[in-house]
Amino acid sequence: MTNQPPARMPLPLPTPTQENDFYWEKCKEHELWLRSCNACNEPYFYPRDMCPECHSRDTTWVQASGRGEVHAYAVVERPPTPAFAGEVPFVTALIKLEEGPILPTRIVGVEPVPDAVSIGMAGQIEFDDASETISLPVFRPN
Amino acid sequence: MTTGSDLSRVAAIIGVDESDEMGHVPHKSSMQHHAEAADNALRDAGLTLDDVDALFCAGVGTVSVAEYLGIVPKYTDTTSIGGSSFLAHVEHAMAAINAGLIDVALITHGEAGRSTRGRVGRDPTAAGSQYEAPYGMIGAPVAYAMACSRYMHMYGPERVRQGMADVSIATRKWALQNPKSFVNHPSWIGPADVGYEDYHDSRWIAWPFHIMDCCLVTDGGGACVVVSADVARNAKKKPAWILGSAEGHDHQIISQMPDLTRTIAHETGPRSMQMAGVTHDDIDLTMIYDSFTYTVLTTLESLGYCGPGEAPDFVANLRTGPGGDFPMNTSGGGLSYAHTGMYGMFLLIEATRQLRGESGDRQVEDCNLSLVHGTGGELSSTATLVLSNS
Repeated sequence: MTNQPPARMPLPLPTPTQENDFYWEKCKEHELWLRSCNACNEPYFYPRDMCPECHSRDTTWVQASGRGEVHAYAVVERPPTPAFAGEVPFVTALIKLEEGPILPTRIVGVEPVPDAVSIGMAGQIEFDDASETISLPVFRPN
Repeated sequence: MTTGSDLSRVAAIIGVDESDEMGHVPHKSSMQHHAEAADNALRDAGLTLDDVDALFCAGVGTVSVAEYLGIVPKYTDTTSIGGSSFLAHVEHAMAAINAGLIDVALITHGEAGRSTRGRVGRDPTAAGSQYEAPYGMIGAPVAYAMACSRYMHMYGPERVRQGMADVSIATRKWALQNPKSFVNHPSWIGPADVGYEDYHDSRWIAWPFHIMDCCLVTDGGGACVVVSADVARNAKKKPAWILGSAEGHDHQIISQMPDLTRTIAHETGPRSMQMAGVTHDDIDLTMIYDSFTYTVLTTLESLGYCGPGEAPDFVANLRTGPGGDFPMNTSGGGLSYAHTGMYGMFLLIEATRQLRGESGDRQVEDCNLSLVHGTGGELSSTATLVLSNS
């Protein structure tokens, strides 16, 4: 958490389902939780009832540290939809979490220019209170 | 060349064509493009809609297209795996022909991609809507750009950038030789012939992509007629025999891609070539889905034309362009000829024309064997065909 929330992003926000309700509830509490497989003991993303690795349905939830590093990123200049017209330029990224899974997110706290970000850059997940019910995990480099 | 599998030469492509008007066609619907292309391709094949017993479409369902065309297929397939769908349809048609279920398959595509920009609604509970869209990860450019950033990081940003420029410019040079290219269309407002400076100066869409790394968005349609060997032997034009085919996918949304620098082409390429009994050196013309310059680089490597990280050198000095020793995407590609949204159909059209010797100024000499490779979604699906004119 920081005192300065990241810039507001308009819709489209996620629609929680029975399968991922717990994930979004925890995000609301500013905690990142991953679904994890009891059979192969690997956490995975995105949360689903069946482990995508070993296909077991014996799964649980584990809290992630929130630490990770930039795996890939893009500096988006042209709004992908009109909803993002006021947002560009912004930096989308795939973050490799300390626990292994890849989390798609946005990078905050940096200039939205290619050189301000680098692959392998370490940082921490924080949360953007996007609406009354949805808080989005975002990534702030250290 | 060694002997192919028993499925090789079971079926052939004997008709291909685009819709009547390509590029910027705001007055026509997607369905009109389907119908025009179907009619044109069947005429090219010397057949009519009455001969068609199987229909294949992607995106829009075969039920809608068959109704519009006024046909009653006895075999129907709406496999929709993105831009590679039509190449997968060729494999499915071949399998149905081999099973003795059909003789004449019609594959149609029509998409007013340019004139209906704004697109269909998304399922709000789908993984992409839940975990990627809220961040603006919507549409192909952002997804492919992130994958490309990883590739640049691994193999050196400057040499990768140079490879991207080479693909962009070489493909544009082919497009200038294709009268149906959007860059030859009256409504094209950008520069026609381009050099390295134009590439590097072109505006950013999503770093690392300049606009010249991105495919066009155009209106148009295409169709392809796949028939049994018996029908093919009596065709009015030289058939493009299907020697090899393979399809696959290993994720849908970009954050689920197992390796951002390698597509499932690493499986479909070898499988298709093994079925055909050919190696890379046998191929006269390579047609690779070029949604983005990066798509070409990663696909060349995934298909085994070169090793990981070697594609920028493989395409260096405009080697894939006119006059180069590795002709690729001779139509002008998705980058500069046409890209309606699901471009794969147009790969089939150009490969067939080249194998017949119908490609005019851009005709590749002694073009007898073509590898045709589609990619769909967010580097998600691939389908690889090997086609021969004998």
